[in-house]
Amino acid sequence: MSKKFTAAELHNKLVYLLSPVLSSRRTAAPLAGSLAPLMCEQQDFVLHWIEVINRSNYEMGYQFAAAAPAAFKKLDNAAIEAWIIQAMDTYDRDGLHRGSQVFKQIETWTQAASGTEMATFEEHAHVLELFVCGLAGRPLQLDTANEPWTDTETLYLPPHIAVLPSKAENFSIYKVLATLLWAQGRYGTFHADLAAACIGFAEPARATALLSHLENLRLEARISRVLPGIARDLARLRGSAIDDRCAVLTTPNATVNHSIALLHRLYGVIDAPRHAWSTQLRPAAQNVREARIKREQSELAAALAEWAQNELAPENDPGTEPGTETLERFQINATVNAENDSGIDFELQFDGAPLAPPEHVRQLLDSILQDLGDIPDDYLQGTGADDASAREDAEENESTDARPDTNHEDTTHFYNEWDYKRRHYRKNWCVLRELDVNPATNNFVAETLSKYRPQITQLRRTFEMLRGEDKVLKRQAVGDDIDFDALVSAYADLKSGHELSDRLFTRRHKNERDLAVLFMVDMSGSTKGWINDAERESLVMLCEALEVLGDRYAIYGFSGLTRKRCEIYRIKRFDETYDNNVRQRIAGITPQDYTRMGVAIRHLTKLLNQIDARTKLLITLSDGKPDDYSDHYRGAYGIEDTRQALIEAHRAGVKPYCITIDSEARDYLPHLYGPVNWTLVDDVKRLPLKVADIYRRLTA
Amino acid sequence: MPTKPTKVAPLATPSLQTEARFITTQPYYEAVGNEIALFEAAYASTLPVLLKGPTGCGKTRFIEHMAWKLKRPLVTVSCHDDLTAADLVGRYLITSNETVWVDGPLAHAVRAGAICYLDEVVEARRDTTVVIHPLADDRRILPMEKHGELLQAPPEFLLAMSYNPGYQSVLKELKQSTRQRFVAIDFDYPDSTLEEKIIVTESGTDASTAAALVRLAQMTRNLKGNGLDEGASTRLLVHAAKLIARGIPAATACHSAIAEALSDDPEMLRAIDEFVAAVF
Repeated sequence: MSKKFTAAELHNKLVYLLSPVLSSRRTAAPLAGSLAPLMCEQQDFVLHWIEVINRSNYEMGYQFAAAAPAAFKKLDNAAIEAWIIQAMDTYDRDGLHRGSQVFKQIETWTQAASGTEMATFEEHAHVLELFVCGLAGRPLQLDTANEPWTDTETLYLPPHIAVLPSKAENFSIYKVLATLLWAQGRYGTFHADLAAACIGFAEPARATALLSHLENLRLEARISRVLPGIARDLARLRGSAIDDRCAVLTTPNATVNHSIALLHRLYGVIDAPRHAWSTQLRPAAQNVREARIKREQSELAAALAEWAQNELAPENDPGTEPGTETLERFQINATVNAENDSGIDFELQFDGAPLAPPEHVRQLLDSILQDLGDIPDDYLQGTGADDASAREDAEENESTDARPDTNHEDTTHFYNEWDYKRRHYRKNWCVLRELDVNPATNNFVAETLSKYRPQITQLRRTFEMLRGEDKVLKRQAVGDDIDFDALVSAYADLKSGHELSDRLFTRRHKNERDLAVLFMVDMSGSTKGWINDAERESLVMLCEALEVLGDRYAIYGFSGLTRKRCEIYRIKRFDETYDNNVRQRIAGITPQDYTRMGVAIRHLTKLLNQIDARTKLLITLSDGKPDDYSDHYRGAYGIEDTRQALIEAHRAGVKPYCITIDSEARDYLPHLYGPVNWTLVDDVKRLPLKVADIYRRLTA
Repeated sequence: MPTKPTKVAPLATPSLQTEARFITTQPYYEAVGNEIALFEAAYASTLPVLLKGPTGCGKTRFIEHMAWKLKRPLVTVSCHDDLTAADLVGRYLITSNETVWVDGPLAHAVRAGAICYLDEVVEARRDTTVVIHPLADDRRILPMEKHGELLQAPPEFLLAMSYNPGYQSVLKELKQSTRQRFVAIDFDYPDSTLEEKIIVTESGTDASTAAALVRLAQMTRNLKGNGLDEGASTRLLVHAAKLIARGIPAATACHSAIAEALSDDPEMLRAIDEFVAAVF
């Protein structure tokens, strides 16, 4: 049992923790003074969290320390953790200023909390994410904002709701809000120009609020036909019947235009009521939607053309760009399933024959149909699709060989890179060096081990069960089944007067797993902070599990800055044991620069191929798309190069797999790794627990 | 430790002989596309068939339906990871001081001119799939090395197998040399109207329950790859509908028959329960 710190002791600790942001004018003394009266557990709690927050940013740590004493007066530990996580998420997303605002505005968190059990976004985010993902069938992000609204790609929900007495009821408000926001995109709220509809009124803001209210009523009626449970929740929340004047909105074929017409009639007559469960409309949504519609039109054209080129009509000369004529051979008939509102069915035809589109084309069509309700005719007519490619080609004139300006060290490797525009490799385009990770001498590994001790025990147990595959040994003296072959020959021996053998049994034997796996860890700058922590923790857990299993494994990190400085960081080689050096190197993984993935995959495939194993796995831990500074690696070029590198790996007998935390992964990973050879872990905090589990499923 | 047998005891009459089963009553099957015509054409041309698709979408029911339609006996082998080549082809058994050859299900199906259906073939040991290679190309023979016999398949014989490409284990991929011998028929969940009809017919529940179940299934299928390995299959929906038709409340029935069947993750279970609460 530790005892309470005095102000002086706290002062020393705070100076140690926060020295980078302290100065002569801003000392630790006032902080220490305000923390001193807290209880001993609360002091420990604060010091622990300052240390955690410092890993991302020292100023945020300071702001937390300053705000903590006030928070303890009004919130319990769980609520404070939710508050910290909210602040850190805001920091990760919007930077220091917004992040520290969350710490400073503790009041907004505490005012609602009395007498009700607050539901926070943080605790329900995962369930809500799954919920909207199930509803929408196309990627929707969730995020927090003070007013609930959506730009049709992200649903913004309040950080906490404390309106009704119980947690469950407050959660149901979250559910209702998420459903209403999803319905705005799904049932055509943005089919009309909302900003224009409200601009003519004396107070456009008031008109927008009323229109939001009317749309809520229309959508509620729409929802009640598909999701009666949600409609019941809504009706319960409202408590009273819908205003008769709005009855037209509840008819099955009411559209956003009915709402706008009603707005003109009711503006100034009634005002929009303000409820915790009413959503807002923002004109910004229109822009996002238009951008997406435009993007998806070109994506659809590209996807269909590529599909036609590769699979449907490969007899075309591969040298020519798939263009107008190919697209026009497609035909799409969409029928909205109005009867039960369950969705839009469509049939895709190519040269008049019906076809089942590949998964990514299907998702695109689905998304377009959700936005537009139909596939416009001009979507299947080729446009001047090559302008973008022409621009990229123009940028690419300095195709000089990378060799001249590099020092010839013995650990330098040269790799080709695939140029999808030119359909050939750029020779010796990337320069790659193998470096060692600087070992860190902190006790990160020990901390991780103690943090996840129960999970590690569990993990070891499940991995123990995996160890080895069954093999039947024949002609054993002892075993669990009769070996008939041995018996038959023994019988023949006996008949002919020979000695009877006693090796007449078969026995099961656990055989060694013939598997080698190489983990390729993203060390790009974007992993800074929690992602890096999660990656390192994942590696520690993984090593613990793999040691049990006895699989041969290696860990390498990758990063780089431009094609002339691609770097591979050695963390554990195949021939190294999991010793203290490896542990210190795992602890020493630090975020570096960019993610030029193609060259890293090529190099590590080469390393993996030096190992003799029946199955070779290359597992990537990544946090986003391939990307590099300059030379337009970002975007299609990088994706195609990575894809080519993966195809090469496949050809060389290496099985690639990807574990990502990028919520947009669905858009590009199936193209890179195929439909099943990747997993999205959408919550960074769960990564350490998930990675080992994914590995177990992968190799079971 | 097992004791050493003092003498070789005569075994009972071998009962491991697999019975080829004639299907006499029509199994209920709703065609999703042109799979019936495709299968019949493949059968007429003595081409082996590979049924691809997620679990519970009707592959096994389809093969039973086709066996009934073509009036051929059906031999089904559920493949497991201990299934060896001998399990398929046959082995010697010992009875009263002599060895007796017993055909395995595959050899039996070849002799009987039956349809042999290898369910979830990737689950079997890798050497198993190689035995079927000579049977799956134009030679159509089954060499039984141990028995010293070369079985020539009659034209009525058909080899069919099923395969779920959604498995994530890299060790459970079908080898190219195997898959390239088959006519592949792709199965997916039926569209909503058809799926509702199937649920109503199979479970006897009402149309509105069936519609809600289909909507629920679509939501879980949207989560595929996002926490779920597979969405709810038609089979699961039929299970839930049967429970509901017997008076179990929808929330309980869906939780037991669908949510718990799909996942163990508490948050995922909550999300599915929320879907159930929303659609009913």
